[in-house]
Formats: sequence, C-alpha cells, structure tokens
Amino acid sequence: TVMAAPMTNDQSWFYALALGVSFLKCLLINAYHSTDFEVHRNWLALTHSLPVSQWYYEATSEWTLDYPPLFAWFEYGLSHIACFFDKEMLVVPNLNYASPATVLFQRLSVIVADVVFFYAVKECCKCLREDKGKDLLGKPSFILTVLLLWNFGLLIVDHIHFQYNGFLFGVLLLSIARHCQNRHFEGAFLFSVLLNLKHIYLYIAPAYGIYLLRCFCFTQSNADGSLQWRSFSVVRLVILGTIVLSTFAVSFGPFIALPALFKIWHRPNGARGFLRCLVICALGSFMFGWHVHEKAIMMAILPLSLLAVDSRKDAGIFLMLSVTSHYSLFPLLFTTQELPIKIFLMLLFTIFSLASLKTLFRKGGALLNPLEVTYLLGLIPLELICEFVYPLTVWQKTFPFLPLMLTSVYCALGVTYAFIRLYISLLTCSDTTKKTKMQ
Amino acid sequence: MENWSLFSLCVLLGLTSRWAVSFHSYSGAGKPPMFGDYEAQRHWQEVTYNLPVHEWYFNTTNNDLNYWGLDYPPLTAYHSLVCAYVAKLLNPEWVELHASRGYESHSHKLFMRATVLFTDILIYIPAVLLYCFYFCDGSSKQKVATALCILLYPGLILIDYGHFQYNSVSLGLALWGILGLGLGWDLFGSLAFTLALNYKQMELYHSLPFFCYLLGKCIKQGLIGRGFFQLAKISLTVLVTFALCWMPFLSDPKQPLQVLHRLFPFGRGLFEDKVANTWCSLNVLIKIKTLLSRETQLFLSFALTLLFILPSSLKLLSKPNLWQFKLALVNSSLAFFLFSFQVHEKSILLAALPVCLVINEIPLIAIWFLLTSTFSMLPLLVKDGLLLPYVVTSLAFLFLSLYLLSALERSTEEELRLGLYRKLTRHWLPKLNLSRIIKWKFWFSLVAMAALSFTSVWLEPPAKFPDLFPVLVSILSFLHFLGFIIYFNLVQLMEPQRKKSQKKTN
Repeated sequence: TVMAAPMTNDQSWFYALALGVSFLKCLLINAYHSTDFEVHRNWLALTHSLPVSQWYYEATSEWTLDYPPLFAWFEYGLSHIACFFDKEMLVVPNLNYASPATVLFQRLSVIVADVVFFYAVKECCKCLREDKGKDLLGKPSFILTVLLLWNFGLLIVDHIHFQYNGFLFGVLLLSIARHCQNRHFEGAFLFSVLLNLKHIYLYIAPAYGIYLLRCFCFTQSNADGSLQWRSFSVVRLVILGTIVLSTFAVSFGPFIALPALFKIWHRPNGARGFLRCLVICALGSFMFGWHVHEKAIMMAILPLSLLAVDSRKDAGIFLMLSVTSHYSLFPLLFTTQELPIKIFLMLLFTIFSLASLKTLFRKGGALLNPLEVTYLLGLIPLELICEFVYPLTVWQKTFPFLPLMLTSVYCALGVTYAFIRLYISLLTCSDTTKKTKMQ
Repeated sequence: MENWSLFSLCVLLGLTSRWAVSFHSYSGAGKPPMFGDYEAQRHWQEVTYNLPVHEWYFNTTNNDLNYWGLDYPPLTAYHSLVCAYVAKLLNPEWVELHASRGYESHSHKLFMRATVLFTDILIYIPAVLLYCFYFCDGSSKQKVATALCILLYPGLILIDYGHFQYNSVSLGLALWGILGLGLGWDLFGSLAFTLALNYKQMELYHSLPFFCYLLGKCIKQGLIGRGFFQLAKISLTVLVTFALCWMPFLSDPKQPLQVLHRLFPFGRGLFEDKVANTWCSLNVLIKIKTLLSRETQLFLSFALTLLFILPSSLKLLSKPNLWQFKLALVNSSLAFFLFSFQVHEKSILLAALPVCLVINEIPLIAIWFLLTSTFSMLPLLVKDGLLLPYVVTSLAFLFLSLYLLSALERSTEEELRLGLYRKLTRHWLPKLNLSRIIKWKFWFSLVAMAALSFTSVWLEPPAKFPDLFPVLVSILSFLHFLGFIIYFNLVQLMEPQRKKSQKKTN
C-alpha cells in the first residue's frame, strides 16, 4: 500500500527543527570524544596518503580500516577538505592527533553529513498519513521529525562519542521512504549503497530481500494477498539479484527472523509489514548476533519511529524500546562533564516522545500498561544507584563492572520484551488492503 | 501537548545549551599571575572560608585586596562561603589559604560550573517560567516560546557559563522582585529586589523604577491612609532586609564604610577598558578622561544620567502599571549604562533582562537589542576563547526567536509602536514605510555586526591602532544603544499599551 499524504503548506517548522538541532550539535563540538575519533582521523590519513591498493593493508595504527570501500571513498573525499583545516591530521604516523582544528573539522563533517539524514526524514514524512486541521504539535509528521532529528541515541553517539551514523541512517531511511513511495529501484539501489558503506546493515538485508522478491518480482497478488506465481518477472529478479544473494549473512540474526520472513513472503502487508520485518531483523541480530555493539540498537529504533506515529500498538512498543535502549547507551558517555548532557537530552527525548505520542493516540486508553510504566520508572533508581550511589561504596574497587552489568541486564529485559511483542504483532497482524496490484 | 511537558522541554533545552557552553574556556584560563573572574570567584571562596568576617573587605596580611579583593555586597560573600564549604568537602586544596591561588583543574572547573547551574536552576529559571506563565499573553504555546527565547538569550549564558559569573542570581532575584510587584505582592517583591541589590550593587540601575513604581502605587492608594501604611510596610521590609544582610558588618562603624568603599570605587576613573557607553566612545574623539577633572567627570556623568532617567521615572510615578514598569527598567538601566561612572561591558545584562520581558510585545526590537548586547561583549568573549559558543548561541537565538515569535511578521508600524515617529514624519515624508525601513535597518545592522565580528577575529589590526577592533565594536554598539534608549523612552512616554494586553493594572 502506498501511504500517500498531502503536504503541509508551511514547512518552516522542519527547517527550524533542523537548524535548532544543528546548533545544539555545534555547541557539543568540544565535548568528550571516544577512540572512534582517532579511528576516523586515521582513516582520513590513510586514504589521503596511501594508494588504494594499500588501504586495507595499512596497520600502523591499531584502528585498521574495517568498513566497506564506499566508506573509505567517503573518507578520501573528506580528506581533501581536511587539508584546509590542519594538514597534520592527514599524516598517518600522527597517532591520536587531536588539534582544535582537527576536532572542529571532524565534528563539522558529522554535522554537515547529517544533511542526508534531514533530507531522508523529510521524505519519510511524505509517506505518513496526515490529519488535516491538526495543530502543529499534534501532527504525525512533526512528531516523527522530532523523534528522528532529535533522537537521543544519534545525538550522543554521533556528536559526542563520535560516529557517522546520522548520514548512514539517512541513506537507510531514504531507501525505506522510496519503497513506501513505490520507487523500488531507487530503494534497492540506496540499500546496496548502504551495505557498501557499513556492512552492519547486512542484519536487515533479509527483510529487503524477501520483501522485494515477493512484492516486486512478483508483480501481482491474488485477491486475498497470496502469491500469484505466474506474475513472476525475471527482469526484476535479475536486477535485484545481487541484493537477494547478500541475504545469506554471517550472523545468527537472519535465522531468528525466519518466521517473520516467511510471514512477509506469505502475506505481505505492504510497506508497513516490510518496516516491521526490517525492525525485527535488526533487533534479532542485535539480540543474537556476533560481536554486537550497543550502538546497533539504533538500527531498530529509527525505523520503528516511522511505525510509531502510525499505529497505537507500535507507539507503545516504541516507547518501551526507545527509553530502554537509550538508557542502555548511557555507559558510552562515562565522563562526569557529559553527565548532565546525557541526562538532560534523555529527559528531553523521553518527555517529548511520551507526551506527543500520548496526545496523538489520546483516544483509546493509555499507551503503556502499569507494568511497563513501572519498568521504565525503575530506570531512575537504577541510574541513581549506578552513577551516584555505587561509586561511593566500597564495592567500587572490588566489583567495578557491577553497575554496567546491572544496566545491561535490566535493559535486556525491556529489549527482549519489545522484540517478542513486535514479533507477535507481525505474525498476527490482519491482512487488510489486499486488493492492490503491486507495481 | 500538555503544558507541563512543553515547559519541561523548554527548560531542558535551556539547561542543555547552558551546560554545553560550560565545556568551553573561562575568563583568565591558564593566564597567570592575575587570571580572571573565575579565579576571583574561587579566591572569594578561599577568603570567606578561611578568614573571619571582619577581615573580608579589609587589606590585611592574609587578604591582599589587590589580588581580586571582594567588591560585591555581602550576599555574594555569603554565597561564596556556602560554595567554599562544599568545595572543602570535595577537595580542600581548592580553598587552601594562599596555597590555592591560581588553582586550575578539570574537576575544579566542573565544580565551579555546577555551582552556577545550581543557582540558575534555583533562582533564575523558575522566575522566567513563572513570568511567562503569568504575564505573557497568548496560548500556552506562545508562553513556552517566549520562555524558550528568554532562556536562550546568549549574553547571559556566555557570561555566566563561559566567562564565569553569577549574574543569574542577581538578575533572577530582580526578576522575582518584578514578579512580586506584578502579582501585587509588594512586600515579597521588595524583599526579593533588596536581596538582589545586596548581591550585586549594579542592581542600583534598576532601583529607581522599583522605587517610583511602589511610590506611585502607594500614592494612588492615597497617601493618607492605606497608601501610607503600605509605604511604611515596604520601607520596613527593605530596611530589615538590609540590616539582616549587613548584620555582621554593623558592629563597627568602620566596616560598612570600607564595604561601601570597595563597592563604589570612584578612584578607578570614568571607565576602564573598552565599553560601549558614551564616555568611552566620546574619548575616541575628545580625550575627556584626561581633559576634565575628576569632579567635572563625576558631575557630568551624574547630570546626564539624571537627565535620561528623570522623564521615564516621573512617567512611571504617574502611571504605575506593569508595562510602564518594564519599560522604565529598560530606560533606567540603559541610561545608567550609557552615562554612569565606572561601567563594565557586562552591565549591559542589566538592561537585557527587562528587554527580555518585553520580547513578546515588541519582538523585533527586543531581539535586535539582545543580539546587539551580546555583540557588544565580543572583545571580552574573544579574549576568553568563547568565539565558537558566541557564534552558535547568537545565530541560534537569532533564528529561533525570529521564527518562534514571528518577529518579522509582527512588525507593522502599530506593533512597533512607531506612532510618534509616524506623526513627526507625516508632514514632509508621507509615503514613508517605517516598518520596511526598520526591517532594513535591522538586517543591515546584523550584517555589520557579523562583518565586524568576522574581521576582529580573522584580521590583524594595524600596528598604529592595536585596539582598533574593540573600539569599533564599542562604538557600533554605542550607536545602537543610543538609538534604543531614544526608542524605548519614546515608547514609554508616548504610547499607551494596547488595552487587551494589559493583564494586571496594579
């Protein structure tokens, strides 16, 4: 189904939100940055100084190039601008070089690259069902824009810890938006670009593969939504062949997502079903995959935001998952100076998502049941204990990792719960709107 | 969305930007032997903690007044004492007598920044929220938008969380005073303002409007009877508050005199450094600092200040309502800033606070003023290494406030209160579109400020005039402020406020 919507005339609020968050990111330029900063500086240096054949062999620094080639080309492009800021950062032996100009350049590159993310969010808003005559704060597109542009996880991982997730998620969201708009070639192309930028997105390749195979290569469905074998298009399959092949990923995730993939094959539910499957693939790989970083939870949250502004149940699951997983990112910023920032931003995002989604779905009872509310409230004493009380006790010296363990275990409960609920909702969702002919 | 969530989002945004600015450098960082205001505040903690009260303001072997001697009233000293107790708990090295001079460390910086945040949350931010909640017209969205713009005013954030000062305490207490008066709680308002006065003596810039407002109210209630009673109660409140604040210093007549001597250093001259007021700007053309004697300078400064504050105060006396009160605060503080003795560039914040309070009624002019006030402190901010936060917060404030308050749309002649200008020019320039002229002047001024900011950072001044850029910044700001004081005086003296926006007439 196409989630088409008429555009609001006055789009100035979008630019206000985008500009506002960019200013906030600029203020965080001098905040703490992790070793990832040195990782990217090293990649700038080696792509700039060495011939292509040497890029994946260079090992002066411990942070060797471990992203696919397209990202390396991206760093190469950036390195040409870096010359104007500080040539010294492009010298490979300059390990841990972090002059003010280097910090400024790298931070600005993340902020500017986020323009891709802004564009993608704008496109995603077009795919939403709009309610005319609602005031601005209650519009689904406004809420979605804030949930994505001001996403807590992206802010602290990209603009404090230091990474380029905004730009990458922009490509992902743009690909999703293109599928929602039935521009499947572009969507598939963007996804393959994404895979070549960061291979972690292989986690969600199965969702893409099966969905596209089912909905795109088979050009027609029967009246009840089941497969019409005769409408198979060889041309389309060949075009999508490369993407389908890459569904055989390394991690365990795709196998866990198998039932969901069957469901998508059997009774696809259009773009929403695809999104749901995508989130489950991402979440499944997060839960069962090999060498998973806590930041990988972002891959589930950002697409889930699109579903959250559309349906009540998804909004409830989104709230559970986003609050829990955002809290699980707290250990990434362990410095005292950044403590107020992470608390303020977390509160900002949580209060906004709770209040706006509650207003959006005010008809029909509460979004979260009492048990869920209690669980989320439990995060407050957890934070107080882990970050304020525990360091003052004697156990800090003997069991320094206890707070981290507590955080992980507690958050794992919430994430698992959200995963199960999402899975169930996918398997049991009713197949409405099945009379459409897939293009 | 509900009110409480909107307001809390607004507060969280304000807090986040404040703390993010605090990551940057502070005044005098790494610059021995004198360092800067940050070291001054740390030193006061050291002095108040280690020395007995009667030595705080005196030059003794333990207390060298030449090294950042206390020059604020007693409440600042008490505040430093409280901070010192906390500091002692965390790390005694921070307030060790003599040994802690010039102490700088990352954890100490966090502690100092946290003290600013603490008092801000306690005093200034609640006052702003209550003000917007009670005295802003429009929907709750409009109130929250106003609160956000006030909280994002760059000048205060950069000075308190960058340069390092506690202006949020004195300005916050003054704002509580205004709130009290606005809600009709005169005693509470007087108490709050007296506390503000006892925190920083610069609050005297605001004192005349407070006085005239209260006096005018009492007169309206009848000087014989209720009015007189009210006046007596207010005076008693003020006197008792003063007495309580100065109590440790009242045992010996030498004490209060010495404190006053420290608070009002007439010996330091007409002005210091570069400041965007009349005397500094005039000094560029005529060297009045050396030409005129000290007595003449004092007299001139006194006379001009009086000249500019008298009309505004008299008008307030005759018509004591909130709108007149706010405008009188603007006019009085601007007059003092422009013509008074020994003014520092940070004193523009005293004028910025009341302008923030009229941002909802005259958004374009208020935003213009607030940006100019931040720009006028540029040389100070650059010296402190705060260029990045200056640029980011100024741009953010400009765009967000223009957008949230629809400042450019709400700039018809009537909304800009240009009635008088219109009357004056109607005869020989009837077709003049004042609204468009103001907007052009606004943009042109912004471009000029941006260009001067850029050049003063990137270009080297010529060897003959090493102070060229700070002087240009001061003169440009001065010309703006002159225009603003004339504008605000005319608005206060001429136009009545629109009837529907007059919420409380006290």
